[in-house]
Formats: sequence, structure tokens, C-alpha cells
Amino acid sequence: MDFAFTEEQQMIRDTAAAFLAEVSDGAAVRRAMATEQGYDGELWQRICREMYWQAIHAPEAVGGMGLGYVELVALMEQMGRSLLCSPYLSTVAMAGNAVLVAGDDSQRADWLGRICAGEATGALAFSAGGSRWDAACITATWRAEGEGFVLEGDYRYVIDGHTADFLVVASRSADSTGADGISLFVLPADSPGVERQWLPSMDQARKQARVELRDVRVPREALLGEPGKGWPALSRVLDLATIALAAEQVGGCQRLLDMTVEYTGERVQFNRTIASFQAVKHKVADMMLRTEVARSAVYYAACVAQEALEDGPLAGELTEAASVAKSYCSDAYFSVAGDALQLHGGVGCTWEYDVHLFFKRAKSSEHLLGNGATHRERLAALLLDS
Amino acid sequence: MKLSFSAEDERFRTEIAGWLADNLTGEFARLKYRGGPGDEHSFPRERKLWERKLAEGGWTCVGWPEAYGGRGCSIEQQVIFFEEYARAGAPGRVGHIGEGLTGPTLIAFGTEAQKEKYLPGIVSGKELWCQGYSEPGAGSDLAAVKTKARFDEARGKWVINGQKVWTSLAHESDYCFVIARTDPESVAHKGLGFFLIAMDQPGISVRPIEQITGTSEFNEVFFDDAECDATDIVGEPGDGWKVAMGLLGFERGVSTLGQQMQFQNEFDEVVKLARSNGAAEDPVIRQRIAAAHTELKIMRYNAMRMLSGQSGSDGGLQKEALIYKLYWATWHRSLGELAMDVMGPESDILQGAPYELSRLQAMYLFVRADTIYGGTNEIQRNIIAERGLGMPKEPRGSLS
Repeated sequence: MDFAFTEEQQMIRDTAAAFLAEVSDGAAVRRAMATEQGYDGELWQRICREMYWQAIHAPEAVGGMGLGYVELVALMEQMGRSLLCSPYLSTVAMAGNAVLVAGDDSQRADWLGRICAGEATGALAFSAGGSRWDAACITATWRAEGEGFVLEGDYRYVIDGHTADFLVVASRSADSTGADGISLFVLPADSPGVERQWLPSMDQARKQARVELRDVRVPREALLGEPGKGWPALSRVLDLATIALAAEQVGGCQRLLDMTVEYTGERVQFNRTIASFQAVKHKVADMMLRTEVARSAVYYAACVAQEALEDGPLAGELTEAASVAKSYCSDAYFSVAGDALQLHGGVGCTWEYDVHLFFKRAKSSEHLLGNGATHRERLAALLLDS
Repeated sequence: MKLSFSAEDERFRTEIAGWLADNLTGEFARLKYRGGPGDEHSFPRERKLWERKLAEGGWTCVGWPEAYGGRGCSIEQQVIFFEEYARAGAPGRVGHIGEGLTGPTLIAFGTEAQKEKYLPGIVSGKELWCQGYSEPGAGSDLAAVKTKARFDEARGKWVINGQKVWTSLAHESDYCFVIARTDPESVAHKGLGFFLIAMDQPGISVRPIEQITGTSEFNEVFFDDAECDATDIVGEPGDGWKVAMGLLGFERGVSTLGQQMQFQNEFDEVVKLARSNGAAEDPVIRQRIAAAHTELKIMRYNAMRMLSGQSGSDGGLQKEALIYKLYWATWHRSLGELAMDVMGPESDILQGAPYELSRLQAMYLFVRADTIYGGTNEIQRNIIAERGLGMPKEPRGSLS
């Protein structure tokens, strides 16, 4: 047992931190978030061609780096810390993981190959809307016709759905309910019948979209896995994406903590820095506690995610680890963001200071893929109903 | 990062688990799950025998170097030992102060003569220790100790006068380590000495404190011209604070994993109760149980990070270790509240007169002390802000 980053993992983390400090400062985030695309395409190409982050955990056979989920999580933490505007979560942790988990060798070579080469971004569409993130949120349908399938239905909260080059979509067979009848398909985003629309969001640094499928016809090769048996794979994909998102939340917590320590150490009232007031110190101490605890949860979940990808002994813990991490990190991030805003005083409520960017991200990330209460209920069901 | 244990460590796990299963039987069976925090007054005689039983099996002081009679276990094996010990429901250790605090302190700061004199008694489980830190006027402000140590040239001994408080198992212990002022003119953390004092002498009296639970495991200890040999001071007069702080560092060791397994046992009892009395159907209780479960899980991961020891490269306590006391104490306190809320109105009904508490009821009351002793939550937050984040130190007051 060794619950610490290896030297190589530390190097990946530190290199990422240094790179992001250079390319994703407050001004860069504000420029990117003001566009409909939501990210700087040239920067994304630099990330893909110089840093290879998009290939971090993809198998070497498809052009990936063959590293693991701990490395991916280390990167996500740093991206959350700098609020990097990029299609990383959607492309790598959502659509990419879907192809990795549910696809066959040829589909992996095709779609993951294009991600790894920096030639395509992807998005994962499953929820029709609302607060549920289990199989019940899927209402779009599929039916077999001829050699292929016909897809129909609506999706919301599709991260980067309006800009992605390809989509992975979940849909169900007519009259199916719950986890039954779910299938996953991968298709080019410009397929006939696919309508996509940007949904302007409060958290402007991450873009959401609505996707509509109207009589979309896809070939047999678009199906990931067995028809109607897609839920277990999708559930794993969502757990993996949830862990990546939780890592981003930890990075956000850390940044808010750093900003708050710095600001309260400079702001003088009553002839002393406000950091010298115990009322301030104690709030900041609680922020650090939540940040460190959140980090412990995420690092453990990252190890479990890696085991899940390798079918290791802890693979069965994936759902629990994801819910433990997401429930804690969601509440921690929002709480830390609220405290950071409060401790910045009046300027915390301005557009000029960066606190609001993280405050908004904290709420959007809290709800994306299930909030604290949703994940706690998942855990409660495991503990109390079996 | 690697979460699994090696095959050798897993064999070690089988060995200790097997030993406990074979030996926690017969006269010791009724000690299961007893004698932990809040219950330390229970079965003192039987638990002293259990301590010797453990020693016979070579299961005391497992993390000490073999040169001092320990087992020389790796960190991983110590984790496994404490986990299996608690998993088996083995009783609270009457020897934990000696094994966890006195021994490591002597190994780090003691003379060879002190090591020879005291370590074997701890390893054999025959000599028990208690600690003399807090005083009525020195709680959170530990450096405010007033107990005095004066060297009597004629007798060639240290003479101790003063009072200590919150000393657990004082009436059962053979020795006490005490910080006392060797320089009567000194203030705060200067001029202190660290003494090893035999309890069985006319100059020491022990008075139990009746706690919120109606039971007594803590005591007041009065020193009235108590004596201690010239050779029983650890370090030099004036080194007491350094030694005492070194000792506090040993408290955050691997035994935290065992403590968590005890928490797990308590949590499991709450879950079992919730399933049997219908509380598990209440959506609010479900949320609270899941939150307690989540935070207990993460407590383990956090301890694993602490033990893997990465971020303390500046020599200070790592951040995940700095937050640990505040985190577990607050968690444990809310577990007590959750337990009562799962019990509902039954939480008020006792097992019997005059004041017989169930395990969960006793836990609920006793855990209020968790956020107070060993640095209150408020002191912990000061420490986190000042040492973890470099925020300004609290100014000292001017009242003396």
C-alpha cells in the first residue's frame, strides 16, 4: 500500500500546474468564456499536440499514452484550479470513457484514435433533463431498422454538445423502463437529423448544449456494445466521469482557499489584516479541512477508477467511491466558494474579481452528474436497502 | 499510488486475525468491544490480564524497534494490526499510554538507563502508565502549567508539588509522566521538565472525576511533595516542552486506523438499529447515515495519505495531518447525535437504574469530550490557520 503520487505523477501534476498558470490565467478564462464555443481552439491544439493530456489514459494501441486514471485525476485537479476552458471533461472523461468502456477494438481505434491525435472532440448525451442522473433520466429512443438503427429524442446538459465533433448518445427501446433497454451509439455530430443548440449558462466557463435527434439513422457500427444492454457500461462511464469532475472540484477548492488566504492577508481594516481575526481564521481553517478531505476522497476514487479499468480487486467499489467523492466534493466546493466570497467582502460580489467564476462553477459542478443528496441516497440504498 | 497490500502483509493480517480469534475467548470473551473511550473504567482487572496475554503473543508494541522489545512492524503491518484488533472487537488497551506515548518518547529522548528501566515493563504489559499534562488552569493553554519540580539536594531527588487533571486510568497505573516547572520564575513553555514518576507513593493522591456519563475514567491527581529519582527526568531541566511536543507527535500515529475501525463498529450498530426500527426509511436519516458513512470512508483515505507521508516536505506536519483531529472529533460527535436521532424517543430510556446507559447512549454523551480534549476544535482551527496556512498568530493576553 502506498497512497502517494509517484515521482512521475508528481511531475505530470507540476508540469500541468506550470503550463496552466501560463495559459489559463483570469484574462484567458474570461476571453474564452465570452465565446459561444467556450474555449480557445489554438490552446486546445497545444494541449493535444504538446501536452498529450487528451491521450493520457487511452491505450497505446490507439495512440494513447497508456497511463492511468490517477494521472487523469491529477490533471483534472489542476484544470479545476485554473478553471481551464476546454472540452477535456466532455471529450476525455465522458465521450472518450464511453468508447473506452463500451466500444470494441475497432470503435476504440477509430474514435479514441481521433481524440488522441487531437483531431476530434466528443460529447456524451444521455439526460433528457431534470435532477435524476440514473437510467430514468434517459427518454430518447432507439429502434432497429434494416442494417442499422433509428434514434429519436431530446437531451439537455450535454457538455460541449454544440461544438463536439462526435456524440455518444444513450437511448432506450420503446416501452422500456429503468436500466432495461438502454443502448449506446457513437455518431458524427453532423449526422443528418442531429440538431444542436448552445444553452447559455450561469457558469460561462463550461458550455452546455441541447441536442435533438430527429429520425437519425446510424449504421450497425455505431452501436457500442450489445443493443439494450448498455446501462452497466454507461453507469461505469458516469462513475468515471463523476470522479474526474470531483477532481476538478478539489482543484477549485484549492484555488479559492489560496485566493482567500492571499486576500485576507492583504486587506487591512481596524489597522490590522483581516486574516488576523479569529472569526476569519476559523472559517479559512474549515475551508482547508474541506479541501484536504475532498482531496483524500478523490485520490482514493482515482485508484479505484484505475482498478475498475483494469478489472482489479477494488473494481467493485467504483460506484461507492464515485458517490463518496462526488457527494463530499460537491458540498465542499460550494461551501468553500461561499466562504471565499464572504471573506472577500464587497469585492467578492463584483464581476472584476475572479471569485464569482469559481462560485458559479461550484454550483454547476455540484449539480452536474448528481448533487450531494443524490449521491448520498445512492450510498444509503447500498447500506440500508440490500 | 497503490491501494493493495503485499502478499506478505496479507499473511500478517491472517496471523493476527487468527491469534485474536483463538485468544479473545474464555475469560476474555466478555471484553469484546469494551474498554474503549468512554468505557475505560470497565473491567480493569481483566483488561490488565489481557494486556499480558497480548504480550505473551508478542502483540504489544508492534511498531517499536526490535532492539527495544518491539515487533519492528512496517507501517503497513501496524495499520493491519490496529485494523484487525478493532475489527475483532478486542478491548480498549490499558497499556496504550505506555506503548503509544511513554515508549516512543523514551526511545527518542530518553537515556539508555531510562530505556532499560521502563521499556521492558511496557512491552510485557505489566506496567501501566498515565499522563500528567493538563491542569485546572492549563487546558488549551498547556504551557500555563503551575505544577512545580524542585531538586532536593539533601535527598538527591526531585520533589513535585501541584495538581494534574483529566488523567485517565490514574488509579490503575504504575507510573505517570508529568510536565512540571523546574524554574519557578519561568513562564509559558520555558523552564519546564518532563518527569517519570511512580504512582505508588505517599505524596500522590488520586480522585476520580464523575463524568457526564455518570462513570469515572478520568481523575484528578494531586502531588504533595511527591518524589522522583534524579535520573527520572527526560532530557535536561528546561527541555520539558520539547519532549512534550515530540510526544504529541506520536499521538497521530498509525493507531488512528484502529480508532477508525472502532468508529466503524459504532457506525455499523447505528445502521443495524436504523434498519430494524424503521428509521432507515426516513429520507433525512438516510441522508445523515450516508453522510456519516461517506466521511468515515474518507477518514480512512485521509489517514492513508498521512501515513504515506508525502506533502510534509517542508518539515511541518502535512496538511492532511493538521486537519485530522478536527475532522475525526467533529465526525464522532455527529455520529453520537445521529445515533440518538435514529433511536428516537427511545434515546431517553435507560437500560436500568440508577444510570445504566447503552453503548450508543454512552457514546453520544462521551463524544462531547472528543472536540475538547487533545486540542479543542477552536484550538485546532487556530493551528490549521497558523501552521497550515501561515495566517497571523493569536496575540497573547496580558492577564497572568
